[in-house]
Amino acid sequence: MKKYLKEIGGGFYSLMLGMRVTLAQFFKPTVTVHYPHESLKMTPRFRGHIELVRDPKTGQAMCFACKVCEKACPSDCIIVEGVKKEGEKRKSVTEFKLDFTKCSLCGSCVEACKSNAIQFSKAYNMVSMNKEDFIMNLFQKLESERSADGQATATPPPEQPKSEVP
Amino acid sequence: MSLSELLRMLVYVVGVMAFVGLNAAYLVLAERKGAGRFQRRPGPTEVGYAGWLQPVADGVKLLCKQLIVPPGADAALFRLAPLLVMIPAMMSLAVIPFSETLVGRNINVGLVFVFAFGAINVMAVMLSGWASRNKYAIISAARVVSQDVAYEIPMLLVVITMLMATGTMNLHEIVQQQAGWFWHWNLFRLDLNPLMPVTFIIFFTCMLAETNRAPFDMAEAESELVAGAFTEYAGMGFGVFFMAEYANIVVGCAMTTLLFLGGWQSPFGVGSGVIWFLLKMYAVVFTVIWVRWTFPRTQFYNLLNLSWKILIPLSLFTLILTAVMMKVLRA
Repeated sequence: MKKYLKEIGGGFYSLMLGMRVTLAQFFKPTVTVHYPHESLKMTPRFRGHIELVRDPKTGQAMCFACKVCEKACPSDCIIVEGVKKEGEKRKSVTEFKLDFTKCSLCGSCVEACKSNAIQFSKAYNMVSMNKEDFIMNLFQKLESERSADGQATATPPPEQPKSEVP
Repeated sequence: MSLSELLRMLVYVVGVMAFVGLNAAYLVLAERKGAGRFQRRPGPTEVGYAGWLQPVADGVKLLCKQLIVPPGADAALFRLAPLLVMIPAMMSLAVIPFSETLVGRNINVGLVFVFAFGAINVMAVMLSGWASRNKYAIISAARVVSQDVAYEIPMLLVVITMLMATGTMNLHEIVQQQAGWFWHWNLFRLDLNPLMPVTFIIFFTCMLAETNRAPFDMAEAESELVAGAFTEYAGMGFGVFFMAEYANIVVGCAMTTLLFLGGWQSPFGVGSGVIWFLLKMYAVVFTVIWVRWTFPRTQFYNLLNLSWKILIPLSLFTLILTAVMMKVLRA
């Protein structure tokens, strides 16, 4: 009889403890992130698709088309082409294509690159209905970024009279 | 029957239906919001301001769905079952006094009336399980019957205890006896029965079991039985079961308030009214939601053990204790 009552009392006490825990949580602020409206910042070690790195001095791509990454890639998803321009010591890249549909994000290309010319991007919100959107022309992307950057930083040209605008 | 009497009836029918509908819709939202807060998330937020129109969106979605009667099912019973769940809950509200004057019908056997209609709920869930011609539904139906029979006994024993203590089956009189300060509520009337708080907890537990709420939701048990007795229901057929669950919660919480928490009586002796009834009732509803999101569903055997080994002996003991105290102290 004593054991029976003790069991009931103990059981009820433990239930009340559980209720106290949940009630304490009830009054604490929420912790979730509301994805379409908010999103988490990616960590510095996040491995997105690769992208070309720009030389901070010249603004050009660091890459000189040595094609080591192309060879290192186990899934053959990188295509690099480059030309040797007149008066320059090294080749410069003219085409850098990444087929992200095949990429397994192994990072061998980044490891293989001796001049740190490629890095992981932080992009993760990548959704499309077209397969073609994931065959990325990284060189073109870098160039367009560079021109956008150049426009933003360069002093604006002196104002032209309206009549001269075609 | 005079015209005013007819009008009064009409107003009450419409009022009860609106009350049940609004409660069912917004208790679903409260449940989801509450569940969210207990798990440190905000719950539905997208439809309307802070998710306030979510029940409307859910209702429209359910109304747009086709009502499917599975082949081989007993079509008549299958269609009848949702009605049989919903109607008793609405009927019970007809005798529940919201305040001194606000009551559909003040009948002398109100207490018995509510529990009699509450018992139909079990039969309706069993019917839906039986008529569905589905193995999950029939397992669920068997569980519901054995569970609700097991929990009806301690519940009615508690009701008999209260009946002996108050001496009336009229809900209006039961509340009137609890007028005054909050220690006049039946919950704190230790002079009637020193185990009154235990009686209250037994009643509350049985109320949870009768309304098939977690941790007693053996009828639905979605991780074991898909959706239990409601597996084959689609669209508003399912919606009505859902609404009936909340309507039954409202009735159960209202009965808890009337029997133990002093109904519409204010805890300070002044300013009694419908507001106190609603406040107390929704506090009990909150506790129901709170319990659901705290305790997981246990094994079926444990639920039956709880009833047969603990609740029934305890409620029998309080019954006998009340009888003895009445004979000894008040004779």
